[in-house]
Amino acid sequence: MPLDIPAVRLTGIAPEIALCATALLLLVIDAVLGERRNRWYLPALASIGLGLSIYFATEAWGTTRLELSGMVAVDGFASFVKITLAVFGLLTVWLGRDFLVRERAEEGEFYGLVLFAVAGMMLMAGAADLIVVFLALETFSLALYVLVGFRRRSLLSQESSMKYFLLGSFSTAFFLLGIAFVYGAVGSTNLYGGEDGPGIVSSFMATGASDVGLLILAMGLLIVGLGFKVAAVPFHMWTPDAYQGAPSPVTGFMAAGSKIAGFAALLRLLDVTLYPLREDWRPLVIGVAVLTMVVGSVLAVVQEDVKRLLAYSSIAHAGFVFTGLIAANDRGVSGSLFYLATYGITVLGAFAVVAVLSGRDDEKVTLRDYRGLFYDRPLLAGALTLFLLSLAGVPVTSGFVAKLVVFGAAIQEGYWWLAVVGMVTSAIAAFFYLKVLVVMYMQEKETEDAERVRSGPLSTGVIGLAALATIVLGLYWGPLIDVAERATLFFAGG
Amino acid sequence: MSEWPFLDIVVFLPLAGTLLIGLIPRARVGALRIGALAVTVVTFLLSLGILMNFDTGTADFQLGTSVEWIPEWGISYITGVDGVSLWMVMLTTFLMPLSVLASWSVERRAKPYFIFLLTLETGLLGVFVSLDLFLFYVFWEASLVPMYLLIGIWGYRNRVYAAMKFFLFTLVGSLLMLVAILFLYFSFPGSPTFNYQELLGTPLSLGTQRLLFLGFFASFAVKVPLVPLHTWLPDAHTEAPTAGSVMLAAVLLKLGAYGLIRFAIPLFPDAARELVPLVMTLAIIGIVYGAAVAIVQRDMKRLIAYSSIAHLGFIVLGVFVGSIQGMSGGILQMLNHGLSTGALFMLFGALYERRHTRRIADYGGVARSAPVLAGVFLFVALSSLGLPGLNGFVGEFLVLLGTFFRYRWWVVPAAFGIILAAIYLLWAYKRVFHGPITNDANLRIPDLRPREMVMLAPILVLIAFIGVYPKPFLDRIEPSAQKVVDQLRDSSALPEAAVGDADAP
Repeated sequence: MPLDIPAVRLTGIAPEIALCATALLLLVIDAVLGERRNRWYLPALASIGLGLSIYFATEAWGTTRLELSGMVAVDGFASFVKITLAVFGLLTVWLGRDFLVRERAEEGEFYGLVLFAVAGMMLMAGAADLIVVFLALETFSLALYVLVGFRRRSLLSQESSMKYFLLGSFSTAFFLLGIAFVYGAVGSTNLYGGEDGPGIVSSFMATGASDVGLLILAMGLLIVGLGFKVAAVPFHMWTPDAYQGAPSPVTGFMAAGSKIAGFAALLRLLDVTLYPLREDWRPLVIGVAVLTMVVGSVLAVVQEDVKRLLAYSSIAHAGFVFTGLIAANDRGVSGSLFYLATYGITVLGAFAVVAVLSGRDDEKVTLRDYRGLFYDRPLLAGALTLFLLSLAGVPVTSGFVAKLVVFGAAIQEGYWWLAVVGMVTSAIAAFFYLKVLVVMYMQEKETEDAERVRSGPLSTGVIGLAALATIVLGLYWGPLIDVAERATLFFAGG
Repeated sequence: MSEWPFLDIVVFLPLAGTLLIGLIPRARVGALRIGALAVTVVTFLLSLGILMNFDTGTADFQLGTSVEWIPEWGISYITGVDGVSLWMVMLTTFLMPLSVLASWSVERRAKPYFIFLLTLETGLLGVFVSLDLFLFYVFWEASLVPMYLLIGIWGYRNRVYAAMKFFLFTLVGSLLMLVAILFLYFSFPGSPTFNYQELLGTPLSLGTQRLLFLGFFASFAVKVPLVPLHTWLPDAHTEAPTAGSVMLAAVLLKLGAYGLIRFAIPLFPDAARELVPLVMTLAIIGIVYGAAVAIVQRDMKRLIAYSSIAHLGFIVLGVFVGSIQGMSGGILQMLNHGLSTGALFMLFGALYERRHTRRIADYGGVARSAPVLAGVFLFVALSSLGLPGLNGFVGEFLVLLGTFFRYRWWVVPAAFGIILAAIYLLWAYKRVFHGPITNDANLRIPDLRPREMVMLAPILVLIAFIGVYPKPFLDRIEPSAQKVVDQLRDSSALPEAAVGDADAP
């Protein structure tokens, strides 16, 4: 009997393959060429890899199908997220280069890990089966655990890495349990279902509505696992510690990348697969969203460390994205994508400024170190002001538009009170962004620095690009929102 | 329509001017001042073009542009002025060069100072000319940041607290308005749009109208400010640098009243009509409370700040009584208050530069060493308290007249407020400028300098001119005022129809 080998198409995971291959090549080249003073070729190679993955993701734009026996979805949504992630990756690599040179740290491993993390995150975006989601989750989490602990001489960094790892494993276990429960309830783990077997919802429909309790429980567990990655309350405990301890470029990457990856999976799971059951999961997610917005905003107010402050801000922002997810309409999904993309760029810019200012050993990160910054480094302070205003959602920045879309989606769906909660918490949040402005503009520098911090050319470029994107997307966001809207033409399966 | 888009040039010229200021090295303080002055003067001169081309007999929006901005969302760049916004635009461009003159003593960090001041001008002008709710909101929020920085960096001792309070109070209100704007946007039956003139006809149930009106009202009531949302104002006014206080009092507070006239009433006329008693009560409370609290102030800037609360109460009263006299008077009073209170802050700013104290008790007998300063102060104070023959009288009289026609007994507490105004202003004048000299420093106070005279003279001329001959001002205000009055009194009168069947005052 001839063996029937199914045709394998790899359009869906071509970006991931490109990244993994580049990462491996990078490690080999680094080992072969050994210690050299200027290893410029490493970030260059990493950039090429990321560029390739953007190319492959763009190639897949416009197709909608399932690949690898229904395991991976190839659609606009995945492409959008993948391209965004690759851009985040590029910014992180460039920023990391300046940081690594300053700290005299290992370069090859850093880029390799970033590339692996990006690959894992990309897989999250395309995953069409819970098992693949789990694989992706583990891939990027493991890379991030190491990256967080990358400042090897710093105790704080080690501690955060350990915390992140332990809590992360814990949440992954929840996620795995959730998958098991889903399988137990309906006998399938596939988000869509197709010729290779039924999907979660079609199986559920077939078995009748008797097991809805079990499915809801499973859903809750899945939300715990993914909620951890996007830093939703009450699964946010790790965020401030990990953000504080991680090297600043990594923190920016974590804030931007984990969030969009986690939300990509959540959006596909809740707004596509479980859309028919939306009335069942909405109360749960609304609870999480309100808690996230309130807790993130309120706790940020008392922070004295800029990185912790931005960590709580990132929690609050997860809450805002949830409002788009809860709306579960086209505008909500495209709005969430827009939000995550613009938030990522802004937050990477903010952490780029933090990375530049933190100086040797990445230590100057308290508000005290930012006193009178505007009069010392007007451009850096100006850029940071722009990023913070964008995070606060002040008009003429991308952050304002992003809030407008997700809250608009919620209002459209009748959840205007959720938008009111969002607005009120935004106002609370504005307080701590203003606090940073107060320090930068309205307080005097205490002591003169022995050495003036220097912004490397790549960091300057990253900050400039991020600032440009923040303001341009705040004034003319039509094209990007258009792309995000077209990205939501999901592959419906079957 | 004129060939030159004066309006749009005027709005964005100050912002473009920040580039010019940006090119001047920060150590050249003199050049920075001259640069800022030049930009604001040119802006004012160009704004005269708006005044010249303004067509008096109509309530329509004029001289604007309409360009698509984000067509996917129905967002356009639409501008235009009518009788309400015309004078607000003129007031802003007129006071800005004077504020620059009042900022002559700013030596520290002059470069960002003037940059923020010019950015503020663009923000404020933008609010007055926007006819797209989205555009309006952008300018509304954008004017917040430069003012925040002006108070927070160049203010007095408690500046950070005051700046923070100012920002957060306004922001909470604005965000509630944003929810209301979005709700309105999604309620519009046609293709989605933020265009103000199209949204005017949106059919809404009374319950929805009420909620949306309150959303807008939250934002505007904070800005006005109406009691009990006023507590940010005394702090912000007191701690702001002179030019900041001038812009706050003269223009920023008008944003609230302007928003009520332009947006809250026409968009939700039924809800507005229903809530008239509530708003009028708040206005009356503001008049009496602001005046009463002003009497007992020991800090001169705080006194002027509380007097603003009382005056703004008058404006809101006029706007909501639903008669053409009240509405025109209220709008004229917006201009008047801008002139008089702006001048009061400038005068006291000049005095502060000489003596570096805000406490009234530290002064006394200043008139002996600075008679011109004292005379000008008295003149402005009289205008502020509504002396016949000066501008304040015209506006307040019209408001009281309009109120009398519709709600006879409400006039009593309002008129009482005018008496209180006479008490706090004249008493403060007496304590500062007359009486025995208790402090030797008051003996050597230099009188007004030429620069300060140049800065005050235009205001004094206008104060007297409006007082004697308000017709050119009222002529331009009235058609637009009539339109809003009709909307407030009868929602069935569509905005287009309102102009024709206006009952003569």
